[in-house]
Amino acid sequence: MPEITLSQAVNQAIAEEMRRDETVFLIGEDVAEAGTPFKVTSGLVEEFSTDRIIDTPISEPGFMGLAVGAAMTGSRPIVDLMFGDFLFLVMDQLCNQAAKIHYMSGGKLNVPLVLRTNLGATRRSAAQHSQSLHALVAHIPGLKVAMPSSAYEAKGLLKTAIRDDNPVVIFEDKLMYQDKAFVPEEEYRLPFGKAAILREGTDVTLIGTSSMRQVCEKAALLLEQDGINAEVIDPRTLVPLDESTILDSVKRTSRAIVVDEGHQNFGTTAEIASRISEKAFYFLDAPVVRMGAMDVPIPFSPVLEDITVPTAEGVADKARKLVAGELIHAL
Amino acid sequence: MYTQMAKIRVFEDNANQLYLDAKMPGLTHMYSGEEAVAVGICEALKVTDKITSTHRGHGHCMAKGADFRQMFCELLGKVNGYCRGKGGSMHIADQTNGNLGANAIVGGSMGIATGSALRAKLQKSDDVTVCFFGDGATAQGLMYEVMNMAALWKLPVIYACENNGYSEYTSTDEIAAGEILERARAFGIEAFSVDGQDVIAVNRLASELVEKARKGKGPFFIELMTYRYHGHHVGDINRTYYRSKEEETEWKKNRDPIEILGTFLKTEGIANDDELRELYLKVRSEASEAVDYAINADYPDISEVDMHVFQEG
Repeated sequence: MPEITLSQAVNQAIAEEMRRDETVFLIGEDVAEAGTPFKVTSGLVEEFSTDRIIDTPISEPGFMGLAVGAAMTGSRPIVDLMFGDFLFLVMDQLCNQAAKIHYMSGGKLNVPLVLRTNLGATRRSAAQHSQSLHALVAHIPGLKVAMPSSAYEAKGLLKTAIRDDNPVVIFEDKLMYQDKAFVPEEEYRLPFGKAAILREGTDVTLIGTSSMRQVCEKAALLLEQDGINAEVIDPRTLVPLDESTILDSVKRTSRAIVVDEGHQNFGTTAEIASRISEKAFYFLDAPVVRMGAMDVPIPFSPVLEDITVPTAEGVADKARKLVAGELIHAL
Repeated sequence: MYTQMAKIRVFEDNANQLYLDAKMPGLTHMYSGEEAVAVGICEALKVTDKITSTHRGHGHCMAKGADFRQMFCELLGKVNGYCRGKGGSMHIADQTNGNLGANAIVGGSMGIATGSALRAKLQKSDDVTVCFFGDGATAQGLMYEVMNMAALWKLPVIYACENNGYSEYTSTDEIAAGEILERARAFGIEAFSVDGQDVIAVNRLASELVEKARKGKGPFFIELMTYRYHGHHVGDINRTYYRSKEEETEWKKNRDPIEILGTFLKTEGIANDDELRELYLKVRSEASEAVDYAINADYPDISEVDMHVFQEG
């Protein structure tokens, strides 16, 4: 099994699906010859030409709207939104149009499109190029949300997304594009709504989305040194969410920390934590802990930016306290 | 075209009555007075051609082939409506006739229409998409983004601006700087103005542009000068603060699109008064039969509330 980067994994997924289905096309800013600022789509235009790898003006609402209309009438567009922060620009087309058309039409119209965008801070890009806005999208009924945590997930989830008949938003961590993982050579797709247990444990469940999965895995290694056995779960998709894998784990470990790079207030961590509290309350030995990005706009200065996102050390520290019973009344 | 316009007028009269009788949930936006726009354009389209519509969309739906029963059922939130009662007046979609749906966000469908045209070009299909919108929507930024791309890529889309003189409760003169047509021309899009009360003129222009767009010579922009007889919505009764009763009377008396076509048909000896009256009565009885059907139709079962959030499978 070859080791490839997350960027290559995304590129392969797009190419394979475009070869399989000629209604699939890619649209966005600088996706053709430039291959995006992150070089994720490099080379695709040579195989599929500018007919299917479509460079647009800098008009995010415009090309998002075009994708919705194309999807409603028989195409399967993949929209490349250069930065997750630009979601605010496309919100009407995504949330008022794409998300609602199937429902509003009583099931007659479909919007099979994929919006690929990114998340993640610590790239020294400041407040308008560093946000992790998946919770905004997950809040809107009618949109599916996938959060690949490595090249393996990125390829498998994207291929599933392209074949889905609903609008799907995929958030890739822009700091992970060069991170490598083993990816099968043969065709595979990862189902939505199926979480992965990456490490089994008995003392605490660490639930980490996107790159927070790696943070949780590192935290688990640190905890191992203290004799604490942590289970690590990657939900892979937020919508649909694999509640049963999470609940089953927490019922066994009796403690949970939810780690996500979105802002903590009213966010992904709150949603998952509340579901655990509602549905596994009597199995818990301690409150469910949430760890999201700090509730501040992402600052530029490295010394400030680095403390806004959860770290492995931070997660391990919380887990130690949780297991020691210190966090019951002292969050 | 006379029948089609009569159907729209009669549909709206019934919809208004359903509102006044408190039989219809919510509000609705009447198309009365603008019939020649929808009919003149949609009569130039094939069933495979697409349209996108607006919050004032009943006329577009009827002109593109919708039937009374499913329309009234949707207005009343009944399960036999076009959207199983989930869309209502502002979201009627009828994909079998190429109607991609009315849209309650002003200007919200401009991307969809242009995207449909992009799909036609990519898939080498010869269908044309018409994007209906009002003068108010010309103030939305999305319009300029998508017209730019439509012009760059020569997409088979026709932007049909129904200029009824009012952007909700405000005169268009107060919200639109310069000339609306010039905005389209700035992108190199050929733009035309037409009397939106003259269905023959509208249809002649639309037919010519649709055929050109079909051959890859699009996009085009049409500004159709028209008038809405009712308020912004059915509840907008006292509107003298933004337009005069005299002005309304003038349009209704001298510029009614159905009267204009009727006069033409009589002058040309194509139809006489009796025939037109009979036709109108027939449409009225069809509509009232459909209203009765809709009133007696079932509401959706409450188990449908969480159906259609996602396409399954």
